[in-house]
Amino acid sequence: MKKYVISIAIILVIVSYIISQKLTTNTSASANIPTNNTNTSATDKTSNNGGSSSGNKSKSGIYNDGSYIGSVADAFYGNIQVKAVIKSGKITDVQFLQYPNDRGNSIEINSYAMPILTQEAIRAQSSKVDIVSGATDTSAAFIQSLESALNKAKI
Amino acid sequence: MKETRLMMGMPITIEVVDKNITHKDFNDIWKYFDYVDQKFSTYKDESEISKINNKSLKSEDYSSDMKLVLKLCDQTKDLTNGYFNINKNGYLDPSGLVKGWAIYNAANILKEKGFRNFYIDAGGDIQTYGNNSKGEGWKIGIRNPFNREENVKVLKLSNVGIATSGTAIRGQHIYNPKKLNMELNEIVSLTVIGPNVYEADRFATPAFAMQRNGINFIENLKGFEGYMIDSKGITTFTSGFNKYVE
Repeated sequence: MKKYVISIAIILVIVSYIISQKLTTNTSASANIPTNNTNTSATDKTSNNGGSSSGNKSKSGIYNDGSYIGSVADAFYGNIQVKAVIKSGKITDVQFLQYPNDRGNSIEINSYAMPILTQEAIRAQSSKVDIVSGATDTSAAFIQSLESALNKAKI
Repeated sequence: MKETRLMMGMPITIEVVDKNITHKDFNDIWKYFDYVDQKFSTYKDESEISKINNKSLKSEDYSSDMKLVLKLCDQTKDLTNGYFNINKNGYLDPSGLVKGWAIYNAANILKEKGFRNFYIDAGGDIQTYGNNSKGEGWKIGIRNPFNREENVKVLKLSNVGIATSGTAIRGQHIYNPKKLNMELNEIVSLTVIGPNVYEADRFATPAFAMQRNGINFIENLKGFEGYMIDSKGITTFTSGFNKYVE
């Protein structure tokens, strides 16, 4: 009789372990599913891949997992410093530790009305222009800091 | 006539289509940008702002331009709920306002000289006046942050300023927008059109810092329009933005 009780107890432990494992993998999996918070219906997401190109070629295993802080690099408007987060050998996040004009992480802003604004996917335009407006100033510094972070991450 | 120079760490281009423009007029503008750089560059030890930061200049000895810029920075900080802040650990860096302010002042020098059809572009922040050589508003592309060879919108602008804040290079080098391991809410580019480039520029950076809320902030600013691109390549724009689209 005692043996039965022990074996049932062992089975129960194993079953509950399996169930709990399933639950945790489920929750961690669902945490990775992108939540669709752009509330757009007809968005053609393929149109923006024109130039995203060679970026994400970080093969699994090139980098050690962890967070790596890059060097401070000069952008004209101030300093740039990034932190690269590596998981399973891949870059999963790049955070700005320093950015010109204190961009980023401190103050929450909620006091503005939230109008419903139009959204659409970006599309390349072919017509000729006189001038181009875009953010260029910080790019070189950004790459410099990121490269140094990734060098630290290299196996 | 059109000239480009590398100044203040970025390419600055001036194009004037009025016929009576001379090289001397251009040189007056280059001299003005040089003056601004000498005074406000935090990368020059001898600049006034550096002297202020290393405490070798008393506040009563600040130049009138410096006093004005610092006042405008304070005002902009108030208008953006603190998102615009030039004070970093006790060091002042007004660059986020000085760029647009300098372009606008330079444009006013050309206006006072009687020129009516021109633009000044400093690192992608632009003041437009009048028309281009075809007699139309200036055609301005908003750069694709995922591919700098492409424009994602073409605008026709006249007598307004435009400024874009963002991290143009991130999309290219970090991730493919179609494979989303990264934060989805990330904004990669925010363009602001305002009554002049000073106004557009001083609100573009703090609006970008607000991330998704930035476009709502611009929507609520009278006389401003905005165009935001997120990391998925989805854009959100203000209700009056389309009047500028070509």
